[in-house]
Amino acid sequence: MIRVGVVGVGKMGLSHLAIINALEGASVTAVCDPAGYLLDVINKYTGLNVYPDYTEMLASAELDAVIIATPSAFHVDMVRAALERGLHVFCEKPFTLNWNDAEQLAALAQERNLVNQVGYHYRFVGAFQETKRLLDANALGKVSHVLAEAYGPVVLKPKGSTWRTKRTQGGGCLYDYAAHPLNLLNWYFGQAEGASGTALNKIFSRDTDDEVLSTLTFQDDVISQISVNWSDESYRKMSTKITIWGTNGRLYADRQEVQIYLRKPVPELADYAAGWNVRYTTDLTEPVSFYIRGEEYSGQLEYFIAAIQNNDGNNVNSFKSAAETDKAIAMMIDDFENDERPRAPVAAASTKKRFSLFNR
Amino acid sequence: MDKLLFGDNQFFGINHMSEEKARAQAMRFQDIEAVIGVLDAAFEEGVKTFMCTTHDRIALVADHMRANPTKYADFTFYPCMPYAHKYANAVTEDGMLGALKRFTPDEGLLSATIKGGMSFARKDIEGITKLLIDAEMKMFHGLKTPVIFLQNVVTDLLLGLGFNEAFRIFDDHIRAKYDAEPGYITMNMPHLVSVLEQVGIENPIVCSNINKIGFRMCGGQEAYERTLREKKVRAIAMSVFASGALTPEEAIKWISEQPNIQSIVFGASSRGNIKSTRSLVDKYFGADTVPA
Repeated sequence: MIRVGVVGVGKMGLSHLAIINALEGASVTAVCDPAGYLLDVINKYTGLNVYPDYTEMLASAELDAVIIATPSAFHVDMVRAALERGLHVFCEKPFTLNWNDAEQLAALAQERNLVNQVGYHYRFVGAFQETKRLLDANALGKVSHVLAEAYGPVVLKPKGSTWRTKRTQGGGCLYDYAAHPLNLLNWYFGQAEGASGTALNKIFSRDTDDEVLSTLTFQDDVISQISVNWSDESYRKMSTKITIWGTNGRLYADRQEVQIYLRKPVPELADYAAGWNVRYTTDLTEPVSFYIRGEEYSGQLEYFIAAIQNNDGNNVNSFKSAAETDKAIAMMIDDFENDERPRAPVAAASTKKRFSLFNR
Repeated sequence: MDKLLFGDNQFFGINHMSEEKARAQAMRFQDIEAVIGVLDAAFEEGVKTFMCTTHDRIALVADHMRANPTKYADFTFYPCMPYAHKYANAVTEDGMLGALKRFTPDEGLLSATIKGGMSFARKDIEGITKLLIDAEMKMFHGLKTPVIFLQNVVTDLLLGLGFNEAFRIFDDHIRAKYDAEPGYITMNMPHLVSVLEQVGIENPIVCSNINKIGFRMCGGQEAYERTLREKKVRAIAMSVFASGALTPEEAIKWISEQPNIQSIVFGASSRGNIKSTRSLVDKYFGADTVPA
């Protein structure tokens, strides 16, 4: 039985807590959050052990692993403290606000041979996994252009003030929404090499961005355009999509399906014909043992527990891979802030300083 | 409960297969008259129960039914609460407490509870839960709501947390205030049924995916079959067509062979589809095999 502590019971933390608590191979031995009223309710109604203080939890709870779902600004110190105690770590995305920290944490986890995973759940969505398989089989030939999009109805009016409304805390459309398609790009095409034409627009927010546009370049002349907007009411919920053009055709993928047009059949893909092929999530999805709101959320935690059980520190969504996404985000901010076109200032002053560590 | 219940996913751009189809449906049903047109077709085909989310737009349907009481005298709503995305987006925007405040009509109670500092006493959690339920039920005032469901995201979140007491609170309030039967939608039916049994909720109405290919039947098809056979539960099957992966005929035939299924909930956008589902159910279930 893997003993797990859940840190931060906001929206993601609560979902992780419920899933991990229902998994057979895991038991929740501690829940940590600074909000006393929430801890009281959890303790009273579920009997779980609660800690208002993270350091105290690490010192006194019996743990093999922690799930960290606090705002990103807290991740580095919390993750480091857990790794130094020899705990396996699952951390929410975006991993850090400074990719140098992310790389250091990745090295520390590797040195200690600990499972280190970040919650980029789209890598557990059947359609995006199938996309990876198709690209690895070179289905599209030489890829030239990728469109990576995410839209949803999060900030629809100028209101609200939480950590999510401040970029300095890791809030905003870039960190919250764009990180997902960026992470898929890293999975498919590796580390981004450069960013240009980045726009981090405010639509309703005061202290962060609501709309993200950018052009990223990858190895082998792959160019990707990013179009992300979390103030789009025409979407019922977050929708992430990837379109890829190559010499042998075009692929479109979202959470529900993969559509691929192949100019010529591909020998390694006997189940795909020339012309249009469509695969649906119903066929691509692996069953999970407990479901709350999508197989991918359960799948990533089942995977985390299994990786600990199998002593497999070579897991997907590793800190190292998440550092690539942190680095792409930093490139985009850097590109935006150093752009000399006339425009209204957006980021808080401290943000600029924070990212000055980044050198192209 | 009727054998055939009419669902509402198609009206709100929810389609588990394709975002394109979902958007086309959202466009088609943008005008509430289009929704009412399909509901009328279902009604005329003898499908008289509408199992619907407490989405803002359902309030418009409810207004229409209230305005035509004679025509819809036999029309029944099975509300399913809450509409989870409304809360999830609010949490992202305002944080946990901010969201709760936004949806609790009596802000005073919540503020007092939190300012109280110490802890939520049992009655406070109960009080807030009741307020949230009542806020969701407002749109159905004066209409028939003999069964009221807890939506799967909430049911399964509580189930995972082990917050079993919450089912008791929901159950008691639905019976006492609305003189209705509580129901539970879940993606983890075997697990839920045993927990409800533990908290003394007997013979519950439980709606879950039940289909031939085992799509989203978490805990496994075998556990579902065992629960249906051995436990006292009134089961409603949803996703019987597994989002289109099965032909209607093989899907309904298979469902009719499973024990203890009281009703099927299905969605359709045309009279033709409603009619053909209706006749398949008549064919495989027969007129009397399922208690009404």
